Amino acid sequence: MTRERRIPPPDRNALRTQSLILRTTGFFLLPLLLLFALFLLLRGHNAPGGGFIAGLVASAAIAVHLFAMSEAGARRVLRVDPRDLFAWGLILALVAGVLGLFSGQPFLTAHWLTVSLPVFGELKLGSPLLFDLGVFLVVVGTASTIIINLAEQDT
Amino acid sequence: MNLLVILPILIPLTAGALSLLGRHSQRVQAALAVIGSVALVASAVALLLATWEHGHIVTELGRWPAPFGIVLVSDLLAAIMILLSAVTGAATAFYSLGSISIAHRKGGYFPLMHLLLAGVNGAFLTGDIFNLYVWFEVMLVASFSLLILGGERAQMEGAVKYVTLNLVSSALFLSAIGLLYGLVGTLNMADIAVKLGEVDSGMTTVIAMLFMVAFGIKAAAFPFFFWLPASYHTPQVAVSALFAGLLTKVGVYALFRVFTLIFDMDDPLIHQVLLWGAGLTMITGVLGAAAQFEFRRILSFHIVSQIGYMMMGLALASVSVLALAGGIFYIIHHIIVKANLFFVSGLVYRLRGSYELKQLGGLYRDKPWLALLFLIPALSLAGMPPLSGFFGKFIVIRGGVEAGAWALVAAALVVGLLTLYSMTKIWAEVFWKAAPEHTASAPSGSNTLLYATVTGLALITVAIGLGAQPVLVLAQAAAEQLLDPTRYITAVLGEAP
Repeated sequence: MTRERRIPPPDRNALRTQSLILRTTGFFLLPLLLLFALFLLLRGHNAPGGGFIAGLVASAAIAVHLFAMSEAGARRVLRVDPRDLFAWGLILALVAGVLGLFSGQPFLTAHWLTVSLPVFGELKLGSPLLFDLGVFLVVVGTASTIIINLAEQDT
Repeated sequence: MNLLVILPILIPLTAGALSLLGRHSQRVQAALAVIGSVALVASAVALLLATWEHGHIVTELGRWPAPFGIVLVSDLLAAIMILLSAVTGAATAFYSLGSISIAHRKGGYFPLMHLLLAGVNGAFLTGDIFNLYVWFEVMLVASFSLLILGGERAQMEGAVKYVTLNLVSSALFLSAIGLLYGLVGTLNMADIAVKLGEVDSGMTTVIAMLFMVAFGIKAAAFPFFFWLPASYHTPQVAVSALFAGLLTKVGVYALFRVFTLIFDMDDPLIHQVLLWGAGLTMITGVLGAAAQFEFRRILSFHIVSQIGYMMMGLALASVSVLALAGGIFYIIHHIIVKANLFFVSGLVYRLRGSYELKQLGGLYRDKPWLALLFLIPALSLAGMPPLSGFFGKFIVIRGGVEAGAWALVAAALVVGLLTLYSMTKIWAEVFWKAAPEHTASAPSGSNTLLYATVTGLALITVAIGLGAQPVLVLAQAAAEQLLDPTRYITAVLGEAP
């Protein structure tokens, strides 16, 4: 499947997509914001950041896209129903918490796994990252559900 | 041990998440509602047994040690509340399977129900004051959505009052937490209890009053109760029953917890405010009910009046252990009975298509069993022996006599009588009088599950009445635990303070 990577033409059905400036900025902002969200997500364990704030940034990206293009466009960017993101996020976070219980320790106790990779060297993977990922998905799911539904009510 | 304390939160959260994923399949949702609620009851029983055996059970989330991390603490009161919430949740799940329409299910009814239970259980178990706030919010978000599910005009009107008042309450609660943190520099409730004993500041009373108002709004105590009768009669009846059984009781639980553990009940101001609050809540609630002629509104006002008895138990706690035990007994009795009465009102609606007493009648002739199923919780609510309500009232009033609070005892007795009046009114109008000629059309469908739920809860009410002694022993043990905060503090912080 080939997809054209260019600034999309205005959607005739939606009035607000008439602004060329917004469409152009939105086109460039979406990948940048998503990348920034990923950065915040991964950085969160040792520095300011984390799943919640990353989720908000990612939702902002979706919102910008929605206003620049259309509701359908925002749904296409997400690819799945945002409510599914919410549910999967909750399940991931719960799984991260339950890991501790298996070894007889309290809920949410952190577990670490060290992986040796050829280029990056040692990589420490832990259940807090999984938890953060869960939070990220919950926030993106919730915020996008609200934004997209509100926008669709409006039209 | 770690597992037992977290399960009552984990089960409904998992069931809710899975239920959301399986929202396209009615069968998956129904199965999850049944499995989730039955598993929750099982885990709650296990938790109560373990707590009875070991005393306080504490788990430090993420293995962060006590005053720094968040702890979950199960003492007898918390474990009892968890069991009650699980039973109400299970009853609601079964009742919902027989009564909630496909349209409401598609609106996310079951995931929200699970989420609500998770929030309620979290509030009961947490040992951290800020975490308590968070669980309150989880519960409220779920309840807002359940309240407006369906989006009818009356629901919106009720929800606006409900949301506004509860947001005010949350804001006050949060401010109180902020002030408290400024004073003692900790959020762990056990640690607060220790540190607050060392501070000598007039601020303590201010904070105590803020908590009192915040929880008073949630518990629908006088004079903050008006949101409750304005909203509880609007949603689906299963939702009404779940709210009636659990939500205000979370506020009552928070009052019980905070005013036995953190604040000193010997403070004359707190004592007086609680006493007056209890008495006025009882009286205004029951008088409000006397003026109503809609099934669910009558029941809603009675929730308010019953909250007064529980507060009375708490208010007299510093003088009489029995009164506090009575308050706990009363909560146990009330949650089951109140949810059941709402379920019965839903059944009446299914049969006759109305909640208005004027449009109802003749049900005793048509459905004698339903009449009996109404009489059990109704007479229990009014305090007829040998049902559970009689013992609840008896113990609270006995505690009042021990404490010499004669005015409150008199109020409690009169309110009991007026409750009987309200229940008789419903009986006479709905069951006894001849059916009016113009009846509304009733929705069709099988009512087997609804009858089963109502019968099950009625049997529990009878069982609490007949087996009042063991329940009282449990309530007394819980009250003694509450009145000796050092046990809670030692269990959480590890060493004697």
